[in-house]
Amino acid sequence: MSIFEYNGSALVAMVGKNCFAIASDRRLGVQLQTIATDFQRIFKIHDKLFLGLSGLGSDAQTLYQRLVFRHKLYQLREERDMKPETFASLVSAILYEKRFGPYFCQPVIAGLGDDDKPFICTMDSIGAKELAKDFVVAGTASESLYGACESMFKPDMEHEELFETISQALLSSVDRDCLSGWGGHVYVVTPSEVTERILKGRMD
Amino acid sequence: MECVFGMVGKRFALVVADTSAVNSILVHKSNEDKIMVLDSHKLMGASGEAGDRAQFTEYVQKNVALYHFRNGIPLTTKAAANFMRGELATALRKNPYMVNIVLAGYEKETGPSLYFIDYIATLHKVEKAAFGYGSYFSLAMMDRHYHPDMTVEEAIKLAEQCIEEIRSRLVVAPQNFVIKIVDKDGAREHSWRRTTKD
Repeated sequence: MSIFEYNGSALVAMVGKNCFAIASDRRLGVQLQTIATDFQRIFKIHDKLFLGLSGLGSDAQTLYQRLVFRHKLYQLREERDMKPETFASLVSAILYEKRFGPYFCQPVIAGLGDDDKPFICTMDSIGAKELAKDFVVAGTASESLYGACESMFKPDMEHEELFETISQALLSSVDRDCLSGWGGHVYVVTPSEVTERILKGRMD
Repeated sequence: MECVFGMVGKRFALVVADTSAVNSILVHKSNEDKIMVLDSHKLMGASGEAGDRAQFTEYVQKNVALYHFRNGIPLTTKAAANFMRGELATALRKNPYMVNIVLAGYEKETGPSLYFIDYIATLHKVEKAAFGYGSYFSLAMMDRHYHPDMTVEEAIKLAEQCIEEIRSRLVVAPQNFVIKIVDKDGAREHSWRRTTKD
């Protein structure tokens, strides 16, 4: 089993009309054994920037701690929050630093940039950025997620419809992957508010 | 075949571990204490490579004590768990500690807590945790019978059921188990479940 599949994960982010949504599954496993069903994969960097980390749980936690540290320093120096594009470049640089001994993580970054324009991107474990205008996926269920998102996504969805779409895409994809699932965690972010919801899907 | 498991009850937390020290087919001793008392209100049950286990648990215990001496207040369970995770993560890509840890602690403000720490430094706060081959049996038993806010009697009974399951279903089951408990009165040994005297 690959080290990326050790803990199991599923992550997806989608762009809507002046909003974005980012969702993850909740399973923490050790290969085929489930340890917990409330594992946090999506972290808030600031009110308009969220980071999802799929892959090895330990490296996800280490990477998150390093990135929060860097962002806090940035906030102290610049007296403002980081733009999502800047943050994505930071993540990419930190991952490439470990080019020959990488973090076994695939991050998904989602945020509202200048003029509250939604920004999403993903990258591989050594920091190769992949910007997208519609959706990005990561994790052990990524192949199913690609299919589900491609068929369910339409551009310029309002936040209610975006929530429904991303939830259905996530739940149907993790049902085809034994290493991810046990519910879902969805954040829908508009310029004025952040809504966090827990989904109950097939608990198996 | 090391078995460590733990659970959180109402205002206490419990850690159970087997007490066998094994080298290949030989049982060196069957009263090896694998649950270290970190400080007055923390228990650290560890399983894995024997040398790493002893070294790492002692290292953590001394550092927890050092923090207390330097700062005058003890570490919280969460802080101790994160310290352990940090040490494991730093060592992971150099000279990894092959130790899995169940950390139980009690604070007056936050009550009892239990942390699952993998040897790859995955940290998660849980209500029940188990490591080793015994985890297949004890986790399943706990999934069935555990409920939040159990009394000490109920938790001990559940621990006994887990031990019985391990004894009857694990091919090379450990002979003796020790149960340690941590609550507002501190961390202490609760009882043993023996099949052999040592």
